[in-house]
Amino acid sequence: MRDNTGAIVGGSRVKSTLLGLMTWAIALIIFFPVFWMVLNGFKEEADANTNPKLFFDPTTAQFDEVTSNPAGLLGFGEAFSNSFWAVGISTILVLVLAIPAAYSLSIKPVAKWRDVLFFFISTKFLPVVAAILPLWIIARDLELLNTRLILIILYTAMNLPLAVWMLRSFFAEVPKELVEASQIDGANLRGQITSVILPIVAPGLAATALLCVIFAWNEFFLAVQLNPVDGSTVPIWVTSNVSTRGNFLAKLSAASVLATLPVVLAGWAAQKRMIRGLAMGAIK
Amino acid sequence: MSEVRYEKATRIYPGTEVPAVNELDLDIADGEFLVLVGPSGCGKSTALRMLAGLEFIDHGSVYIGDRDVTLTPPQDRDIAMVFQNYALYPNMTVAANMGFALKQQGVPKEERAKQVKEAARILGLEEFLDRKPKNLSGGQRQRVAMGRAIVRHPQVFLMDEPLSNLDAKLRVQTRTELTDLQARLGVTTVYVTHDQVEAMTMGHRVAVLKDGVLQQVDKPRTLYSHPANLFVAGFIGSPAMNLVEVSRNGGPPSIGSLQVPVTPDVAHDLESTGGDLVVGVRPEHLTVGAEGLPGKVIVVEELGSEAYLHVQVDHQHEPIQLVVRAAGETEIDRDDTVHIAIDGPTHVFTPDGRRLGT
Repeated sequence: MRDNTGAIVGGSRVKSTLLGLMTWAIALIIFFPVFWMVLNGFKEEADANTNPKLFFDPTTAQFDEVTSNPAGLLGFGEAFSNSFWAVGISTILVLVLAIPAAYSLSIKPVAKWRDVLFFFISTKFLPVVAAILPLWIIARDLELLNTRLILIILYTAMNLPLAVWMLRSFFAEVPKELVEASQIDGANLRGQITSVILPIVAPGLAATALLCVIFAWNEFFLAVQLNPVDGSTVPIWVTSNVSTRGNFLAKLSAASVLATLPVVLAGWAAQKRMIRGLAMGAIK
Repeated sequence: MSEVRYEKATRIYPGTEVPAVNELDLDIADGEFLVLVGPSGCGKSTALRMLAGLEFIDHGSVYIGDRDVTLTPPQDRDIAMVFQNYALYPNMTVAANMGFALKQQGVPKEERAKQVKEAARILGLEEFLDRKPKNLSGGQRQRVAMGRAIVRHPQVFLMDEPLSNLDAKLRVQTRTELTDLQARLGVTTVYVTHDQVEAMTMGHRVAVLKDGVLQQVDKPRTLYSHPANLFVAGFIGSPAMNLVEVSRNGGPPSIGSLQVPVTPDVAHDLESTGGDLVVGVRPEHLTVGAEGLPGKVIVVEELGSEAYLHVQVDHQHEPIQLVVRAAGETEIDRDDTVHIAIDGPTHVFTPDGRRLGT
């Protein structure tokens, strides 16, 4: 019998190997700066700056320094706890608001749901920089400048349209009969959503939550404008390690690594959930 | 268990003008197995979904027992439904799927487990209780869907083409099991199908719909022997009834040279009816023999126990085809000439579909 193991339909072996190599090359080129940043974080300042070395004696001195010495006014612990609160609460709020919105835009569509959907995305048309002055004035008048609350509110508003759009498309994939079956089985609206719809869209929910976390965690502009003194977040803490007294590349790298870590962990956790959800075979 | 009543129930889908279900009047007795049948788009599924509460009832009302449920949401109607694609919850085990409705009713866990087990025993699903739907075969999924319906002892079972996703052999087997199960449980059942064999074999009574309008509701046998109109005559029966347009020139109706025998009440009606007619004869009421209308055999469908001959005959100077049932293992072949005679009841309709006589 002919052995077709390893054969590629419609393509030669050489071609596919070349493509594979190219993919790896591109991936490595993209990954290299990140890799270099991580490497730099474990170097002495001299090894990182004046005479860059690939091989060196790793040290955690830079990590100790960025976490212990409050650079300027903002400390490491303070920035991280501000970020965790702003990102965590805003993401939860986004999901709590977006799930019912997505339900009423896909499973039981309200009248003119297309217009509603367009309205959601239209709120993203205005550049943030164009809205910052009124935002700042409102925040000042409400005495919310330099508080976590203002970032929680703004990050929720910022991510909500995206989350509604994403969840709507995931909800639309849920077979209509499943929702009808649960209705006939006596489930009320909450039961339909929690017992039937959410378990099926779990991978989509994880993906949506992950994106919200990433966008809120990396948000810089609003945080730096509204919370320059108190309530500052991690991206601002990272830039506070930029000094006018010279290039402290190793220190900055260490700070950047610490700032990246939570997002990477969140991505890893979400990915596990996504794969588990897909493996469940929920969506045909 | 309860009776079900539709009273001039009408559904008009938004953006359309023609009702999907038009003033449906239907009484379904307690414990009855009623089949809604008709071609696609006839409104049979819509009628079922109106009873389920999944479709808004624009005019008229629907009763379950003596309760007017016209505006009652599905979760409060105390019904169970089996969907065409079964609609099993993919994230739940078979046991959880079957127990879901009981859980919603707040039945305690032990009681739930007991009832699920009992339903699983009836359906032979005991060994699959811990599996997820995706690890079941089509037939098993169908059973789980049935189990989900029977476990809650609803007032009415609703079934929307529950067998159409099974292969032919399993469908016939499940058909029998379902009929038996319904008889044992004695729960009022409304069953939707496009398959008239399912309708005839399963239903205590069959309701035929066309374009949202109820054509006839009767026992299968009556539906077959006394179709109320031309549509029912053509729809019920497989192979279909031979329907021949006959233009009259005063005398009694005939197919080709073959005079069509009619009952006295049809003859009486004929006297007062002018114009053309449509004459219907079932294939088993035509015979081939030494005498009668000559015709050429076009196709022989040999089924073993019987054979169906498609015979081309001359009728009013036009060739038409008649289907004739013959005994199985027939000697007759394609291109043979046969003689057809009528031996049995005939049906006479006006061209607009009205039946003459009773």
